[in-house]
Amino acid sequence: MTSPELVCPAGTPAALRTAVDAGADAVYCGFQNATNARNFPGLNFTVPELERSVAYAHAKGTKVLLAMNTYPPAGKQALWKDAIDTGIRLGVDAFIVADIGVAHYIATTYPDARLHLSVQAAASNPESIRYYCQEFGVKRVVLPRILTVPEIRNLAAEVPCEIETFIFGNHGLMVEGRCSLTNYITGLSTNLDGVCSPAAQVEYKRDNAGNLTTQLGEFTIDCFGCDETAGYPTICKGRYTTPAHDGGYYAFEEPISLNLSSLLPDLIGAGVHALKIEGRQRSRAYVKKVVSSFRKAVDDISSGRTAQLADLLALTEGQKETQGAFKSKTWR
Amino acid sequence: MAVKIDMTKLTLGPILFHWPAQQKIDFYARIADEAAIDTVYLGEVICSKRSPFFDKHYADVTERLERGGKTVVFSTLAEVMLKRERNMMAGFCEEEDHLIEVNDTAGLFHLNGRPHMIGPLMNVYNEDTMRYLASKGATRFCLPPELPGPSVAVLCEHAKELGVSIEVQVFGRTSLALSARCYHARAHGRIKDNCQFVCEEDPDGMPLDTLTGQRFLAINGIQTLSHTYLNLLPELDALKSMGVDHFRLVPHTQDMVAVAQIYRDTLDVKTSADEAESKLASLDIPAPFANGFWHGLAGHQRVQ
Amino acid sequence: MTQHSATLAPPKFRPHLPVLPLFPLQPILKRIVRRIGAENPDMFNRLGPHTKARYLIDATNLPFTLLLQPDPENLSLTAHFRTSPPDHDARIAGKFLDLMRLLDSDIDGDALFFARDLIITGNTEAVVCLRNALDDVDGSIAQMVADMFGPLARAALARLRRVANKPVTKDTQ
Repeated sequence: MTSPELVCPAGTPAALRTAVDAGADAVYCGFQNATNARNFPGLNFTVPELERSVAYAHAKGTKVLLAMNTYPPAGKQALWKDAIDTGIRLGVDAFIVADIGVAHYIATTYPDARLHLSVQAAASNPESIRYYCQEFGVKRVVLPRILTVPEIRNLAAEVPCEIETFIFGNHGLMVEGRCSLTNYITGLSTNLDGVCSPAAQVEYKRDNAGNLTTQLGEFTIDCFGCDETAGYPTICKGRYTTPAHDGGYYAFEEPISLNLSSLLPDLIGAGVHALKIEGRQRSRAYVKKVVSSFRKAVDDISSGRTAQLADLLALTEGQKETQGAFKSKTWR
Repeated sequence: MAVKIDMTKLTLGPILFHWPAQQKIDFYARIADEAAIDTVYLGEVICSKRSPFFDKHYADVTERLERGGKTVVFSTLAEVMLKRERNMMAGFCEEEDHLIEVNDTAGLFHLNGRPHMIGPLMNVYNEDTMRYLASKGATRFCLPPELPGPSVAVLCEHAKELGVSIEVQVFGRTSLALSARCYHARAHGRIKDNCQFVCEEDPDGMPLDTLTGQRFLAINGIQTLSHTYLNLLPELDALKSMGVDHFRLVPHTQDMVAVAQIYRDTLDVKTSADEAESKLASLDIPAPFANGFWHGLAGHQRVQ
Repeated sequence: MTQHSATLAPPKFRPHLPVLPLFPLQPILKRIVRRIGAENPDMFNRLGPHTKARYLIDATNLPFTLLLQPDPENLSLTAHFRTSPPDHDARIAGKFLDLMRLLDSDIDGDALFFARDLIITGNTEAVVCLRNALDDVDGSIAQMVADMFGPLARAALARLRRVANKPVTKDTQ
């Protein structure tokens, strides 16, 4: 069985070194601006930081994938083109793109550059994926987290590129690249600005009884009793009411993280080339623990052993984990 | 001025919600006969499971609308995942008598350079993307609702140069997100495969309020929409002068003939934006108006 | 945004801890924070606009709280009695050991938050920036501090770490 590539998150240079040292085959990261979909405060890389980080990763045989996976608004494409030019100069191993204009720019300006299609492009069927391969020479697609393993297997047989799937981490409920909920509430866009529930507009209110109310902008996202685990302040993990349902309920999904550790052999068997760990916004501690666990699991599976996976539950949102759409259609 | 008036077209987007077939037939009959609409987009955009209910009526409805002087465009599904959906998309793209509005990249693959339109659920945010798609046959772009005015202005400049046309939604709930999961089914304790079409109960979307009682969002199967109704009446002048030439109304159960007339009269400068606004407000719209996205603000906001 | 003392959760320090005078602590804290700042000058870039923010670091099982202002021009860390908490823009509260391990990126802040063992109030963005700034510091800040104060401090840290790495038992405080 061929060993799949383990693709790991890096929000800071220290996290990147941690991921490399923990056995990442590739790390993905972005610049400190709107050109990537984790444009969070205090996160990401300056140009000199990325330069040093690429050197560090390459010295240890790890690839660096540059996330360029937002959509430039009209009139502001220079920022993206500049970031791409810089990425080329620094020798990154691939660009992860979503926008057709961005893909076209790279494909025509740097025809030798390797393109990965971001999950933000929401390519969920063979025809869409073939379109991007045919038009821009995309070499790998990151699949939306909405397909079952058998569906991925069928899809893999129909597309002329590599397939990357998420295996662990935050589990956004909306199709990535097709969600403007944050913008509707905060005025900042996931697609255009690279933000999701910007911290500047998140407020945690704790009452004397220990109940925690999460607010985004002027809207209440959730209220956790003092004995309940909490999640991210994202709209798709909030609790709401509707006449058809008794009381407040998780209308989209409860706070929960994706964990496909038990499906790894199936995913590899389905023809997945790369396994992606989400979490550029997480700490070095998270990167170290998750990357080293999955490194060991992938190595075990590749050499025919049964994978023993460390318990990662403590790191999951709401301290709950799910196999999401991958296990069964009933998730939908 | 007269020349400019003729250039603006009022369009009726696809019905996003699951209305019973007869309700749709009656709705389009009235649009055909009475509405000041130039172009009507037909097709199930949101959920492939709903399609069989209306498939057999498209030919009649199209004929009826065309007899009423409307141009008919077919809008594709926005999420293509299952074999059934892939087949639907492929079949749709074989349509030769009418233009297709593409809402998923799979459509671009099938159309393979033939003339088509780009729907608002595609991500056309910038001039490079627009230029590329125009070079492959796209002739009209209905822009994503979250795109702010200044970006629309830039795209309009490039559209003139490329000879393509620009459409912007100006009325109705705004599409905010798509998912693979059906939230209508979930609210009723079901899953998508066993939804029993509960989405039919909410012809303008299922309300979702916050725990503190704030009106928040509207659910339509796999789609999440704004609670607020987009209303760009006050901005129509600005849109026209930028070069937007198609103005889209999203169908709701409110009196769409009246809505169309209000927008048409405002576009034709027969009525002031203020007067139009008060007429629109009198139509029992069940939510506040919003225009935040256009002004680069939170989409739920209203800038007066 | 300023969080005033009235909105803070009631202090939970252990009643048997003696009330110590805080003034001997202040120069030590100053030395610690200046040293960290001097050794990690890049850290301040990640704070963005929040270098003037006042962070109340509240180890809920200590008798005093700390106020951090990570201004590279005038870096300050001061101790304050719980009875008179200073004005602040954000409060980060948790058990001392958890906060120490967080400082060293030995545990994940989001995980602590999900478990409700970390309390954040006030300016959330400032807290996220501080977290990201500290997370990019290589090595152990706690170890560096211990090294500053010699063998006794190192021994104390080693002991704390042993406690921290024990299997988790619910601390009833």
